[in-house]
Amino acid sequence: MEDMQVSMYQLYRDMLTSYLEDKSEHALYHAQQFSKQMMEQDMSPEETVSLHLSVFQDIAHDLPEEVKDSFDLLVEVMIGYGLAYREHQSLRDRQQELESELNVAAEMQRTLLPERRIDLDGVDFGVVSVPAGKMSGDYYHYDLDEHGNLAIAVADVIGKGVPAAMSMSMIKYAMDTLTNNQMQPGFVLESLNRVVERNIDEDMFITMMYGVYHPDKHHFYFASAGHEPGFFYHASTDTFETLEEKGLVLGVFPRVAYKEQSFELSPGDFVVFLSDGVTESRVDGEFIEREQITDMIRERLHLSAQEIVDEIFQELEKAQEFQLRDDFTLMLLRREV
Amino acid sequence: MQVQTHVDINSEWGIVAARQAGRKLAREIGFGSVDQARITTAISELARNIYLYANQGQIKIEEVADSNKRGMKIIASDEGPGIRDVRRVMEDGFTTSGGLGAGLPGVKRLMDEFDIDSELDSGTVITAVKWLR
Ligand SMILES: Nc1ncnc2c1ncn2[C@@H]1O[C@H](COP(=O)(O)OP(=O)(O)OP(=O)(O)O)[C@@H](O)[C@H]1O
Ligand SMILES: [Mg+2]
Repeated sequence: MEDMQVSMYQLYRDMLTSYLEDKSEHALYHAQQFSKQMMEQDMSPEETVSLHLSVFQDIAHDLPEEVKDSFDLLVEVMIGYGLAYREHQSLRDRQQELESELNVAAEMQRTLLPERRIDLDGVDFGVVSVPAGKMSGDYYHYDLDEHGNLAIAVADVIGKGVPAAMSMSMIKYAMDTLTNNQMQPGFVLESLNRVVERNIDEDMFITMMYGVYHPDKHHFYFASAGHEPGFFYHASTDTFETLEEKGLVLGVFPRVAYKEQSFELSPGDFVVFLSDGVTESRVDGEFIEREQITDMIRERLHLSAQEIVDEIFQELEKAQEFQLRDDFTLMLLRREV
Repeated sequence: MQVQTHVDINSEWGIVAARQAGRKLAREIGFGSVDQARITTAISELARNIYLYANQGQIKIEEVADSNKRGMKIIASDEGPGIRDVRRVMEDGFTTSGGLGAGLPGVKRLMDEFDIDSELDSGTVITAVKWLR
């Protein structure tokens, strides 16, 4: 401590002497570097001011009393700045703590998502899901049942931040309790609605689109709980159709029935599920049109499902200058040619 | 006999008087000019709190000595409303001035030892010590 003060004193003295001699920019540059060193050594503004005075008194003899006295005022004022600086440091430490806690929570949340790749003959599947912040309000799911049918889902919690993200785990656990024979979309949404209605706050809702693909007959079944409409692509005519079914968002009423639709996927046909973070991407300040999304997909028909969704995410992320406003989830399931 | 001074706080004049007495004693004990200013700021904040929240009270300052060190102690006491949630009050960023670093957490930083004893409806005693280095 003593040593440090001595060396600081000496350094500052050399700096000031050299500056007073030639008023060079070089000496000022030194001072700028020195300020970083002072902060590293936790030197407060009031100590710095006081250091300046004592060095100055040392170099310039016969400093007028008034000049010395004026420093009393400056030190007094600087104490306030010193306190604000210390408080800032402690709040910054606190922020880092919170950040790392949030990282743990985000990591836990990621473990709720499926990891293994879908390896199913005749099916090409891809998904990308990126949270705007640390925690995501989007959830996606895919799973193969023992009959070889592939269930897929995208859900979006209406509500922000950590509580919204936490309610995600409820969806996951509720889905885990469903057995293989209960994987019909209408039934799944009805059960989830009951769980959600009972367990989350009134001001929180969840939208969800759930579908099942039966590869043997190439049938796709789906139902929606107020979720952002998806797309259905017909390869034969190269056209997109909106994938939509009426249904109340999860969590409003205890008993809700969900209508189910089904259609056949011909070779090259695919379905797209997404969250509103995709359609509410803003390019040049304006929401993109759904047609822009289908155009982006069409340009990439030759790619794999995973490549398509990845590339679209990258393009939209770039167009928004890498600042997502909302969680982004895009999923594509294609019957291979 | 060690020096001890009381200042009654019931107006802004009292705050200034407490500062003055504090700075004087700090100088006499041998604190450098920066520490004198720090001790004075701490006294000022404590006295202001008494004036604002308890209307009146007292600042007592005295020289203290341990086996191997000397220092200065401030005792701010009042019989005001007391502090409901001391833990909250000691959190950074809680003060009404908000994020300017002063207030009680500031006092704690300026001094070496700090202790609050507060009881609702019966008063607050805050003790703080700064040691001479
Ligand atoms: N002597 C006291 N008696 C009763 N309440 C007090 C006393 N001292 C502080 N408090 C309470 O503690 C709170 C925090 O005090 P503190 O001095 O840290 O900040 P502040 O006075 O609100 O703002 P400032 O930063 O301007 O000092 C006060 O708002 C007040 O409610
Ligand atoms: Mg205060």
